[in-house]
Amino acid sequence: MDFVTTALDYLLGIPFLGWGVQIGFIYKALALLVALLVFTAFILLADRKIWAAVQMRRGPNVVGPFGLLQSFADLLKFVFKEPIIPAGADKALFLLAPLLTATLALAGWAVVPVDNGWAMANINIGILYLLGISSLGVYGVIIGGWASNSKYPFFGSLRAAAQMVSYEVSIGLVIITVLLCVGSLNLNDIVVAQKEMGLAHMLGVPWLSFLNWFWIPLFPMFVIFYISALAETNRPPFDLAEGESELVAGFMTEYSASPYMLFMLGEYISILLMCAMTTVLFMGGWAAPIDLPPFTWIPGVIWFFIKLSLVFFMFAMAKSIVPRYRYDQLMRIGWKLFLPLSLVMVVIVAFVLKLTGWGWHGGIV
Amino acid sequence: MRAAQVVNTLLLKEFVSAFFLAMRYFFAPKPTINYPFEKGPVSPRFRGEHALRRYPNGEERCIACKLCEAICPAQAITIEAGPRQNDGTRRTVRYDIDMVKCIYCGFCQEACPVDAIVEGPNFEFATETREELYFSKEKLLANGDRWEREIASNLAADAPYR
Repeated sequence: MDFVTTALDYLLGIPFLGWGVQIGFIYKALALLVALLVFTAFILLADRKIWAAVQMRRGPNVVGPFGLLQSFADLLKFVFKEPIIPAGADKALFLLAPLLTATLALAGWAVVPVDNGWAMANINIGILYLLGISSLGVYGVIIGGWASNSKYPFFGSLRAAAQMVSYEVSIGLVIITVLLCVGSLNLNDIVVAQKEMGLAHMLGVPWLSFLNWFWIPLFPMFVIFYISALAETNRPPFDLAEGESELVAGFMTEYSASPYMLFMLGEYISILLMCAMTTVLFMGGWAAPIDLPPFTWIPGVIWFFIKLSLVFFMFAMAKSIVPRYRYDQLMRIGWKLFLPLSLVMVVIVAFVLKLTGWGWHGGIV
Repeated sequence: MRAAQVVNTLLLKEFVSAFFLAMRYFFAPKPTINYPFEKGPVSPRFRGEHALRRYPNGEERCIACKLCEAICPAQAITIEAGPRQNDGTRRTVRYDIDMVKCIYCGFCQEACPVDAIVEGPNFEFATETREELYFSKEKLLANGDRWEREIASNLAADAPYR
């Protein structure tokens, strides 16, 4: 037994914590994965329904009651179709790209606290990990566009790469302002900090905890983060990477069947990840909006997913009401507006925190 | 003026107003017809799937005059005529319409002196193979039997305007 555990230690590069803990990890991972995939299926449907409703259409409503099973029908269709690999494509990379996108998007969810301490890995540098993982996501896009060996996918992937890298910068700076207020990189701590300090406490009404959350004191950053998150995940109005009027479907042009599905899945899971980040950073994560009994009876997971859905609703609304940006406008917003704005805000927030002594001082780090 | 524009941009004024406009439409009644379950009205003049009609006594109307074949701009109709076995009257031996070629112009039914070939109200005859769209005489007569009531009432409704 000792031999096995030592071997596992070496293999995994992490201390072996005993079989119970190890199997517990697997169970947790499976539970999160299944819950996430099912949630994604319904979010996909919700996206289409919201978009349809704004355009006064009905949206998918035939498969199952109100079309609830549409995503599962789509899944079946994608799985049973033939994946076509272009003759000139680099086969290995071509198939690797969607896998990479989907896996990385799922991996990001490992550190998201869906309830107090309910994270797969409650690590100290959770937010850095998230930033890193979501930056790696660009590789799937680049590889996919390059391996297709075709012009449109290549242009699409170039655009996507430039776009994701530019908006990563402002997202990073927005996150820094939150970190300045919290003093910890742990996602759970960020939520706890929003529960324990903020506007509601200053006003003497601590039970109105939705006033506590960072969306009020850091409102400009909240807006910048929301818009950057749209751009980061290649959502409309910033979906130039797959702008069908110019690039057919961008980096996904040559993809079909299950590889295409994996790309879509990865895209939607990273959208959800961005929604989750917005929820954790600015909307109090799993905390109830009002700290009084009828609201506190509802478990944190449900609050978390309600807030997540709310943010996603805003994502879907942005998709349905804003026309697509031109590429130079996109770059201008990223580098000439958001970057200086968020830099200035970092300085202002740092000054205010230093001068007033506000901020949370109970974190791990 | 410029300052006001900057403020509006920073506060996402247009986005917010567009959001509320979109929310109004979000809850507005949907004009979409829930197609396979409810269908829109079809004009009596609608030119849909072809049918060969019969007289009320069951005799087929078509006398193989080949006017429809002659007028068909897409040359989708093929007719072979000959005397019928039992009574020697002139009838079609073969009456084929290639529904893939057909452009649904309705000239065949205009040309027909006996109202035999008509375009019925049916527009839902999609098939899974191309071959199924090469309609034979049997298929067309079967269509006529199936849609006779609708076809007759449509012809009656349109008669005053002809």
